[in-house]
Amino acid sequence: MELWFSEPHTKNVKLSIKVEKQLYSEQSKYQRIDIFQTTEFGKVLTLDGYLMLTEKDEFIYHEMITHVPMAVHPHVKKVLVIGAGDGGTIRELIRYPYIEHIDMVEIDEMVVDACKEYLPQTAAGITDPRVHIFYTDGLKFVRTQHEAYDLIIVDSTDPFGPGEGLFTREFYGNCFKALKEDGILINQHESPFYSEDAKSMQRAHRNIAASFPIAWVYQFHMPTYPSGHWFFGFASKKYHPIDDFDEERWKNANISTKYYNAKLHKGAFYIPNYVKELLADA
Amino acid sequence: MKKLSQADTPLHAALEDHKLERMAHFDVPGHKGGRGNKELKYFLGEDTLKIDVNSMKPLDNLCHPVSVIKDAQQLAAEAFGAKEAFFIVNGTTAAVQAMIMATCKAGDKVIMPRNVHRSAINALVVCGAIPVYVNPGTNKKLGIPLGMTLADVKHAMEKHPDAKAIMVNNPTYYGICSDLKQIVSLAHANGMKVLVDEAHGTHFYFGENMPISAMAAGADMAAVSMHKTGGSLTQSSLLLCGQEVNTDYVRQIINLTQTTSGSYLLMVSLDLARKNLSLNGKEMFRKTVAFAEYAREEINKLGGYYAFSKELEDGDAVYAFDTTKLSIHTRDIGLAGIEVYDLLRDDYSIQIEFGDIGNILAIVSAGDRNLEIERLISALSEIKRLYSKDPTGMFDHEYINPQVVMPPQKAFYANKISKEIYKSEGYICGEFVMCYPPGIPILAPGELITKEILNYIAYAKEKGCVLTGTQDMEIAHIQVVSDKM
Repeated sequence: MELWFSEPHTKNVKLSIKVEKQLYSEQSKYQRIDIFQTTEFGKVLTLDGYLMLTEKDEFIYHEMITHVPMAVHPHVKKVLVIGAGDGGTIRELIRYPYIEHIDMVEIDEMVVDACKEYLPQTAAGITDPRVHIFYTDGLKFVRTQHEAYDLIIVDSTDPFGPGEGLFTREFYGNCFKALKEDGILINQHESPFYSEDAKSMQRAHRNIAASFPIAWVYQFHMPTYPSGHWFFGFASKKYHPIDDFDEERWKNANISTKYYNAKLHKGAFYIPNYVKELLADA
Repeated sequence: MKKLSQADTPLHAALEDHKLERMAHFDVPGHKGGRGNKELKYFLGEDTLKIDVNSMKPLDNLCHPVSVIKDAQQLAAEAFGAKEAFFIVNGTTAAVQAMIMATCKAGDKVIMPRNVHRSAINALVVCGAIPVYVNPGTNKKLGIPLGMTLADVKHAMEKHPDAKAIMVNNPTYYGICSDLKQIVSLAHANGMKVLVDEAHGTHFYFGENMPISAMAAGADMAAVSMHKTGGSLTQSSLLLCGQEVNTDYVRQIINLTQTTSGSYLLMVSLDLARKNLSLNGKEMFRKTVAFAEYAREEINKLGGYYAFSKELEDGDAVYAFDTTKLSIHTRDIGLAGIEVYDLLRDDYSIQIEFGDIGNILAIVSAGDRNLEIERLISALSEIKRLYSKDPTGMFDHEYINPQVVMPPQKAFYANKISKEIYKSEGYICGEFVMCYPPGIPILAPGELITKEILNYIAYAKEKGCVLTGTQDMEIAHIQVVSDKM
């Protein structure tokens, strides 16, 4: 018997991963949640049939979404993480002892519960005493915050489904308002390769650039995401992602990483020409 | 034959049967199930084009219904508590016009609030009836027209005892209702018919704790825009008739102007929407009200905006407020409603129903999700943060009492000349000028053009309102009756 998980990356392209067995399958109020045991990628989490993470490559995503802003902003004390129900981003953040407070806003409690049970590799850190979880809509939560955070990380799913509101101009504008005067916003910024993803990337960039004076994107390589070429957004009120990158401070923090390093930090912001054009046309 | 229930959809069932028939068509429409227009078939879907058919024996005929359309209309009548219901496929405009034309002849008077939809005044142009306007009054702070007070209605009836009918908005675009039940008693005591524009009131028939519906209040006729809050396709509508109405005459009147090629897509959407409302309406509108109430509460917390509701009720000009309507006053953040409307669409990809000088209106329905409601609230929060300014000097008054100096039909068909709009003061208007939406005329044929009205038009233009109605597409010139007053 062969059991495969398949995800269409476009109407004409799909990725299939051979499944050993299905560990979990539930329908929450918001989405269908599945966790598979696979041979190649370890455990795999999918939401509404879209692959969210695999145990094999999640380190790339979670290191890049966290350490890039942490190596720029000199004194992050209070962080807001939106989405991130799998806990991977939290796991990286709690490695910084000087972070005092992390608010995590996830709309779907069932995702967190499922990950706690089946994906301790990412979810174990959620119980850290600095982490405060709010099960509510991210857009609603951020609307009520004023100059409260040093760093906001939007670890969202896709610009359709429950995460839709996290790609809108009103959301990024409210994030701007929720950040302190030197705050940084990092967001999941989609991919430039396939045309539908590229449109989402353009729209996100347009909406962020409308709210933030500094709006850059940086790339990372995610084997299980469509095309493998994926981006985060770096939006900031004050700090420049390369000029204000403090290499010494990062090295002294003594955090071991599998993907991220100081040279790659800078390199990630040097993007291909077709992506530059795409963003210029956004 | 078994007795039909609200769970049945006779027209829908007949079309389902028709799809399976594999009939050879040598009748119109010429696209023949889409084979003759492949791009259209691809765009709308083959199933849609297969039921875009002409009337035929098993599918009945809208002009003279004897089988499945008749049954579907009967079920609709039952659902709405009417003696008879007519499927209307020319928009609620056609239903409003049928009400007036079935009640008034040339020279007859009809009492109506001035904030009626243009379709009502259009009907006067067509049939030659004469309007007796009741000033709906204005909420000064919000700048919105209200309902009619009983005292004003009484006064109009005493002054014009020969009026044939009174027309009532139930509710207005903004969700405001007059005391319909009392108006019905007054009108019937004076031998007048009551015609109700319920373009925005479909839900009154199915929701709980809603303002009273026209049929429940004993009105004679009501035009119900099923497509607005009832879930049918755009342009489909119902004309409801009460017990005392000669419905065979009404059918003749409808057939004077309605198409003889009634769209089955529109008609079947009425049939299915009626079933859905009958079976699920309570829950649908409970959800709608919950969304609207939540949004009001959150928007009012933002400060600056005023999402108004039942607190406006005063037992008279605002006899009842329809809580499904999400109307928001924007003037206190220094922005005209139309400016907020434009920002929402252009910058935030949020399309709302309309913006006028001082307010915006968002239509909320059971089809919404929390997500969209949160987006709207957050975008309003951002608009306030980024664009709010000092509101002094903004226009704060919308209702201008019109001076009707000539019957609309006479003015419309009079010898006319074209004048530059800002040089037309003192002339009698020969056409319509309105903001669309909401489509309520600023000027109608037969009304005196005054300085005040011209100022209002200039302000609405400056703020970006879409003005319509005149022959001149630029609204720079206006047709006036040649003889100045």
